[in-house]
Amino acid sequence: MLSRIAESLFWIGRYVERADDTARILDVHTQRLVEDPWIDERRACANLLALMGSPCPEDEADTERVLATLAFERDSPSSIVGALSAARENARGAREVLSGEIWESLNVTHNALPQQRTMARRYGPHALFRFVRERSAMVFGLADSTMSRDESWLFLVLGRSLERVDMTARIISTRVLAGDAAPSWTLVLRSTGAYEPYLRTYRGVVDSSRAAEFLLLDRLFPRSVFAALDQAESCLAELERSTVRDTTRIGVAGEAHRIVGRARTLLEYMSTPELLSRLPARLEELQRTCSAASAAVSNHFFTEQAPQVWVPEGVA
Amino acid sequence: MADLFDGYPLGQQWDEMFGSPGQPRSAYAGLFTSLQPMAGEELSARADLLSQTYRDAGVTFAHAGEEQPFPLDIVPRVIGAEEWDVIERGVAQRVLALEAFLADVYGAGEVFADRVVPRSVVTTSAHFHRQAHGLVPPNGVRVHVSGIDLVRDEAGDFRVLEDNLRSPSGVSYVITNRAAMSQVLPELFADHRIQPVDDYPTRLLAALKASAPANVADPTVVVLTPGVYNSAYFEHALLARQMGVELVEGRDLVCAGNQVSMRTTDGQRRVDVVYRRIDDEFLDPVHFRPDSVIGCAGLLNAARAGRVTIANAVGNGVADDKLLFTWVPDLVRYYLGEEPVLANAETYRLDDRETTEWVLSSLDQLVLKPVDGSGGKGIVIGPRADEKTLADLAVKVRARPRDWIAQKPIGLSTCPTLIGGRIAPRHVDLRPFAVNDGSKVWVLPGGLTRVALPEGELVVNSSQGGGSKDTWVLSGARPAASREVPESTRIEFTAADLPDDPPAQDPGPLNDTVVGQSQQQQQGAFRARNAPEDGGTTPC
Repeated sequence: MLSRIAESLFWIGRYVERADDTARILDVHTQRLVEDPWIDERRACANLLALMGSPCPEDEADTERVLATLAFERDSPSSIVGALSAARENARGAREVLSGEIWESLNVTHNALPQQRTMARRYGPHALFRFVRERSAMVFGLADSTMSRDESWLFLVLGRSLERVDMTARIISTRVLAGDAAPSWTLVLRSTGAYEPYLRTYRGVVDSSRAAEFLLLDRLFPRSVFAALDQAESCLAELERSTVRDTTRIGVAGEAHRIVGRARTLLEYMSTPELLSRLPARLEELQRTCSAASAAVSNHFFTEQAPQVWVPEGVA
Repeated sequence: MADLFDGYPLGQQWDEMFGSPGQPRSAYAGLFTSLQPMAGEELSARADLLSQTYRDAGVTFAHAGEEQPFPLDIVPRVIGAEEWDVIERGVAQRVLALEAFLADVYGAGEVFADRVVPRSVVTTSAHFHRQAHGLVPPNGVRVHVSGIDLVRDEAGDFRVLEDNLRSPSGVSYVITNRAAMSQVLPELFADHRIQPVDDYPTRLLAALKASAPANVADPTVVVLTPGVYNSAYFEHALLARQMGVELVEGRDLVCAGNQVSMRTTDGQRRVDVVYRRIDDEFLDPVHFRPDSVIGCAGLLNAARAGRVTIANAVGNGVADDKLLFTWVPDLVRYYLGEEPVLANAETYRLDDRETTEWVLSSLDQLVLKPVDGSGGKGIVIGPRADEKTLADLAVKVRARPRDWIAQKPIGLSTCPTLIGGRIAPRHVDLRPFAVNDGSKVWVLPGGLTRVALPEGELVVNSSQGGGSKDTWVLSGARPAASREVPESTRIEFTAADLPDDPPAQDPGPLNDTVVGQSQQQQQGAFRARNAPEDGGTTPC
C-alpha cells in the first residue's frame, strides 16, 4: 500500500486512542477536583499538565487551564479536539482504504465537537468526555468489524497500541511522581478503565504494588502496558513477514520491532520488585520507547519525501 | 429580579435551608449563593440531564413491579460538620447497643433477667428465630450493615424514627447520587469541602472479610440476591461490582457437609462470607419456609458449624422491631452505661389497657404503625385519614394491640426541592448507614436523604413514590491520617535517575493541513492565472 496512506492509518490509530485516553484522564481528574474536599487544585493541575507534556507554572495552573490545554486546544495534537481533528484530517486523505463507515464516524465526531464544547461550557465537561469515549469506541469497533486484516488494519492497530503504551505509562506517572497531590491508585485504575477488571481480578482493596503490576504487566487486560506492547509487536511481526523470507537470520527485521520487543521482554522477565524500585525511570523509558518505535516505523515504512519545491534559477 | 427562592414558604416545620425568609442557615450559605443567581429554566435543564444520566446508567428502583428511574432531586441537602458529629456518635452508639442486645437475646438473656425488657416482647416478635440461638458469629458482629432512620423535629433536633438491622437498602443511591451530581453540577461542589462517600464498598468489603470464619486466609465473599426482580436488585449488583465479588442467587450456591460453595466453571468454590440481601424466612428452606426457592438449603447449619458467616446475621429483626424500638434508649443505658445521643421519636406502646384506650380514642391525632411493617406499608396518619380508615384501624388495633405502636406526628423538616421549575419545600428524612467491622462502627458521611415529592406528603419511602437528594456532609480541615484508606503495601522507589522534564507527546507528521494549505494556495493561484477577467495579477 501507499506509504502516505499507511502513515495516515497509523496516525488515525494514535490520535483516536490519544483522544480516548485523554478524555478518560480528564474525566477522572475533574471528578476528583469536585469530590475530594482536601485536594490542592493548583498542584494537581500543574502535575497533570507536566505529565501530559505541556508543563505550566503552578500559580497559573487551574482546571480552566487544564481543559483549555488538554481538551480544547485546536492546534495541539495533545488535546482531545486537536487529536480528533488531526485524525479526521488523516482519514480525509485515506478515504479509499478506510471503510465509509469509519470515515463517517470520524467526520461526525469532528463536526459535533463545537456543539459538544458549548454543552461542556454550560453543563460541565463530563458529557464531552463521555462523547469522546463513545466515539473512539465506535471508530475502533467499526474498524474491527469492517476492515480486512490486511496492512491497513495492522497499521491502525499498531498506532493504537503504541499510543496506549505511552498513555498508560503517563497515567501511572501521575500517581508515582506527584507526591502528596497524587491521585489515589483507585483513580489511576479508573482513568484507564481498569478499576472494575482489577477488582474482579484481585477481589479486594486496592493495593499499590498490585495496582501498578496490573497496569504494567497484566496479560489479559487490554489496556495494560504489557498487553499493548504485545499487540504492537505482533502487528510489526505481521508487517515484516514478507521480508523475513529474504534476509533475516538474526534478530528481527525492523528497528521498530526490535525496540518494542525489547521493551516487552524487559517487562516480561524483570522481577516485579526490581521493576517497581525504579518505577519512575521505567515509565519514562517506556514513553521514550514509544517515541523511538514510532520514529522507527516512520523511517521504515513511511519513506515519504517532503514536498519538493523547484525554484527556477534566477536570471542574473 | 425574581430569583429562584422568591416566595419560598416557611411552614411550622424546621426548614433545612432557611432559618427565616431569605436567610440561609450557615451550612447552606455556599449553596444558596451558587443557586440563587440561576434561572428556574437553567436548573430544570440540569435536572433533565440528571434524570437522563440515571436512565442511561440504569439506576432504577422497581416500584409496583415496574422498573423506574430513581428520582433524584437536584438541590442537595447539607449537614454541617458539628451536626454530623452528633449523628455519627449517636448512630454508632445505637448500633453498639443493639449489637449487645442481639448477642444477649440469642445468648444468655441477661436483659430479661434484669427486667429491662420483658421477654415476651422478643418471643412474640415475628422476627425472633430460635434457630439462631447460640449461634455466635466469628468476630461477634451481627449487624454488619445498618441504616438508622432519622427525622428532624420542629425544634431542629434529630430523632430516631426506626432502626433497620436486617438488610437496609439505599446505600447504592448515596454513591450514584454523588457521582451524578458532580457530573451535572460541578460548580456547586467547587465552593464546598464535602466528605467523600465512594469508599463505602471498600469499607463494607473489609468488614465482611473481617467477619469471616477464623483460619481462612483470604476469605471469599459473595453477595446473595433474590434475583433481578427484587426491588433493590440494582443495589445488589452495584455493591457486588464495586467490591469485585460474585453476585450469586440461591441456585448458584450449594451446601454439602456444612460447607457452602458456589458452582463455577472450575467446579465448586468455597464461600466464606455471604452478604445476603434475602429475608430470613427465605434464606434456608431447611429451617425456614420450606417452599423458598431463592435460598440455599443448609446455609444456617453451615453457619452454626462455623464454616460460613451470614451477614447480616439471622434473627436481627427482633432488634429493629418497632415495639422493641421503644426500649432502645433503655438498652443504651443498660449495655453502654451512657445517655443516648439521639432521642427516639415520641412513641407509645399499647401494652396496658389505659394507653390502648387512650390511643383508640385519639386515633385521629396519632400515627399508627404496624410493628413488623417496612417500606411505609400499613402506616395510618391519623390527622389525614378518613373516617372509614380510622374505623377499620380501630378494629385491627383492638384485636391485636401487640401489632401496633402509636407516635405523635412529627412535622418532618422540609428542604428546598425543585418541583415543576420552581423551588418548593418538601419533607425529608435521613438514613445514615453504619458498617461494623468488629473493631469500630463506621458511619458513611451523609447517608440517604429521602424526599416526599407530593406536596405535604410525610411518607418518604421510595416504595411510596419518594425521591432522594444528594446529602453533603461538610468537612472541617483535613483529618490527619484517617483519610487514607489503609494500604497493605507501599511502593518504595527512587526517582533520582529521572531526567527533569517528562517527554512531550509525539506530534503527528506535518500533516495534511499544512500540505493541504499549500495545495489550495497553488490551485487558487492557478485559477487566478487563468481568469483574465479578474485582471490585475500578472503572471511572471
